[in-house]
Amino acid sequence: MNPHAVQFQSDAGRLAADLTHRQRIQSAMAKYGAARGPRQALFRDWQEGRQTAAETKWAGLNQLDEHLVAFEKNATARGTQVHWTSTSEQARQVIVDILQRHRAQRIVKSKVMTSEEIHLNQLLESLGFQVVESDLGEYIQQLKGEPPYHFVFPCMHLSREEISDLFENHLGTAQTHDPEELTMIARRVLRQKYIEADVGITGANFLVAETGMVSITENEGNARLTAALPRVMITLVGIEKILPRLSDLALFLPMLATAGTGQPLTCYNTMYGGPRQPGEVDGPEEWHVVLLDNNRTTLLADPEQRDALHCIRCGACLNVCPIFKNVGGFSYGTTYQGPIGSVITPHLRGLQDWKHLSGASTLCGACTETCPVKIDLHHHLLHNRRNGVQQGGSRGEGLLWRAFAFLMNHPRLYGLAVRLGRLAQPLQNMIAGEALDPLQAWTKTRELPELAPQSFREFWKNHRPALPQDQRRSS
Amino acid sequence: MKITLFIPCFIDTLYPRVGISMVQILEKLGHVVTFPEALVCCGQPPFNSGYWPEARQVARPVLQGLADAEVVVIGSGSCGAMMKVFYTELFAGEPEEAAARALSAKCYEFSDFLVNQLGVTDLGAVFPHKVTIHDGCHGLREMNGKAPPRALLKQVRGLELVEMAEAETCCGFGGTFATKFPAISSAMGEVKCASAAATDADFVVSNDSSCLMHLQGLLSREGRPLKTIHLAEILASV
Amino acid sequence: MTERDKILQRIRLALKNPAPMPGAHGSATGLRAARTAAESARDWLPQVGPSPGDWMTLFTKHCSDLKTEIVVVGDAAAAQEQLRRLALAEQWQRVATHGAGEAAEAAGALGLPVLSTDGGYDAKELEACDAGISGCDALIAQTGSILLTARSGGGRALSVLPPHHVVVARREQLVPDLPAAFAWLHHCYGPADWPSMMTLITGPSRTGDIERILVLGAHGPKKLTVLVY
Repeated sequence: MNPHAVQFQSDAGRLAADLTHRQRIQSAMAKYGAARGPRQALFRDWQEGRQTAAETKWAGLNQLDEHLVAFEKNATARGTQVHWTSTSEQARQVIVDILQRHRAQRIVKSKVMTSEEIHLNQLLESLGFQVVESDLGEYIQQLKGEPPYHFVFPCMHLSREEISDLFENHLGTAQTHDPEELTMIARRVLRQKYIEADVGITGANFLVAETGMVSITENEGNARLTAALPRVMITLVGIEKILPRLSDLALFLPMLATAGTGQPLTCYNTMYGGPRQPGEVDGPEEWHVVLLDNNRTTLLADPEQRDALHCIRCGACLNVCPIFKNVGGFSYGTTYQGPIGSVITPHLRGLQDWKHLSGASTLCGACTETCPVKIDLHHHLLHNRRNGVQQGGSRGEGLLWRAFAFLMNHPRLYGLAVRLGRLAQPLQNMIAGEALDPLQAWTKTRELPELAPQSFREFWKNHRPALPQDQRRSS
Repeated sequence: MKITLFIPCFIDTLYPRVGISMVQILEKLGHVVTFPEALVCCGQPPFNSGYWPEARQVARPVLQGLADAEVVVIGSGSCGAMMKVFYTELFAGEPEEAAARALSAKCYEFSDFLVNQLGVTDLGAVFPHKVTIHDGCHGLREMNGKAPPRALLKQVRGLELVEMAEAETCCGFGGTFATKFPAISSAMGEVKCASAAATDADFVVSNDSSCLMHLQGLLSREGRPLKTIHLAEILASV
Repeated sequence: MTERDKILQRIRLALKNPAPMPGAHGSATGLRAARTAAESARDWLPQVGPSPGDWMTLFTKHCSDLKTEIVVVGDAAAAQEQLRRLALAEQWQRVATHGAGEAAEAAGALGLPVLSTDGGYDAKELEACDAGISGCDALIAQTGSILLTARSGGGRALSVLPPHHVVVARREQLVPDLPAAFAWLHHCYGPADWPSMMTLITGPSRTGDIERILVLGAHGPKKLTVLVY
């Protein structure tokens, strides 16, 4: 097994048995469910709405090249500088060049998942820049020295007590277990950071081709401030975030809010269309949009799973996923956790290293059902499993399934196996759950069902229908 | 109506009462039941494990054996979903694609078939117990939703149905997942068992024996008094 | 070859294989033209009543859920009076505003020192103001949102930096839904006169990052008041 898979089995196994962790995540997700259900019910037609959203994204991706070119043209016409980057290294280099050209020292970031993807903070810190995350959850995670636990709710695994300890250690503040007071501590610290920052770095939820704008969704106002006060603004965004028209947001913004947090709209949905324009009173003098591929075109080249690029990062698939709710966000070892992460990570970072995540699913389909843009998530988990086998399955397992197929296609042999199983069961019962037990993966925590003394097939051989032929209906 | 039953291996060998109950119920309603004995498995285990050629090898005789059936009724939402939904994907671009689509159109999960095809909800069953229902994922999301099993249970004499919290959340079985990721599988099952036990019910009922096998395994190990039972067994109780 | 060309080339190559339409599960592609969100959003979004009275009722209900204060009064003078009461109750020392419209007039009538963002401003001074008083482009009944831009809202920071954001709006600025709001933006600024920032504000700044418990005023204003006349 590859080290990522070993790590996953070990972390997932440990957290699945951690009852405090389980309780905390399940209770947070119950709150999410209670908010989302009624909000979604207010839509005139949620199902048709998600079909429309999916088709809008589908059509947008079908002309991705044209839309990106249009985005660039419309953005540059208003003074925005657009950079195209194929890899993490290129994106990091473009950003470092901008920072160095402006002799920047202090950098404030609003939530930028793409920067987690390209490991930007580590590099900037190693080059001596002062980087501060401004989203409250991300700020807490930065202090803790951990990546986000969930790409929408970054510190949902922490209790207020743990956050209070963290603030006491890093900021020297007094202990408080009041979420409001804790939030105000962060507010006071971060206010200063926005005002002092030389450069602000943001992510983006949508790129609007028609107008050359980016749209940023948030609740706290940290992105608003990041885009308002520093004299240089950088937006790092994946190329798949394209929407053809500005008015498409009329559907996407409320769907994102409903699926993400159960709100009618998140608190701030802001469309940026350039650096400070003539006659405007504030805003950055320069705005750089860094378009990132980083293997998104690899996923685009797979028509079967291309719809995974529809993702609007609402996080709903994590919130309903029973695997996520038991293993938590860190076990995945990926930037994007949960079902969407399990689907796309093999494309972004290599199938053989990350296919185990697609195996770690019961295929219950809750993710596909909840996805506001109708990504066939659990089907794609199956596709990744198939691709993983095609491109390098285990020889032993292949043999096992061929034997299985042979057995199932030979009913007499199957019948014999059942009878042998009945003979073997008492022996197995003697060692159930122990190290010698070949079925230990089941019996360690569960009782094995007993083979019935008479199978259905054996019943059927002697079965005579209850009614004579002529009395039966034949409709 | 001539009804063809598909009885998967685990119902055949571990839970034959489920199949027998289905036969009793359908014959009592006056239908002719047939059972192609040669069909043992739908091919879901190798399919879900990524071994699609092997899955097709298992599924081809199923397509052939059921080609002439008028309707196919399946006592497991999971195998039903395989035949109704996933066969078309498994055979996409293969010579059997049309056959897979034809089979998909005539496959029904047992409770859905009773309620929506036969228009029956009252089978004269008596089951004087408190029960709670677990929605098997495949039956729920790929086949027929929440309504049919509940409509049937509502008509059972003496039965009290209590809904558990998060009835729609997966129990953690997931086929080979249960043994490939036993710790996660068991944790999910524990959550489900706790929800079910909190209702104070005597039985957890489902239309999928595979979920019930997992839950019963956990319940027995934990020594909880709660028992599992397939919907068909309740409906055949008189 | 530039990186731009390489990316575009990879995209064009990738798109040579068409993907099935959403929900089609491998069946034939491109059977019909895709629906667009821009054209049909109104068919799926939450219901809004037909009359401006319905819109106001819905907007008010959303405000109450969102913890936005809303005060509806008869005329500009009454709105100014409301603002005076607010200033007294919260003991404002200094306010910020912009332009020469209703918001600036109401702010001016308070008799307090006023910072105008019009000619640029010092961020620390703006932050020290007790309230930012701005106009807006529209109010949206469907979501309880305020639509404002760098132009109608006095820049990017006036509506987020002070602890209390007060919006002065006229009744006829209330539109039923999001499609109407986007149509309004196109009408005012399209096709090429866009402000560099346009924002939908839906309630005061908030976070649920600590144990999913709602706290207002995470980074932006803790209080949001809409004065409508």
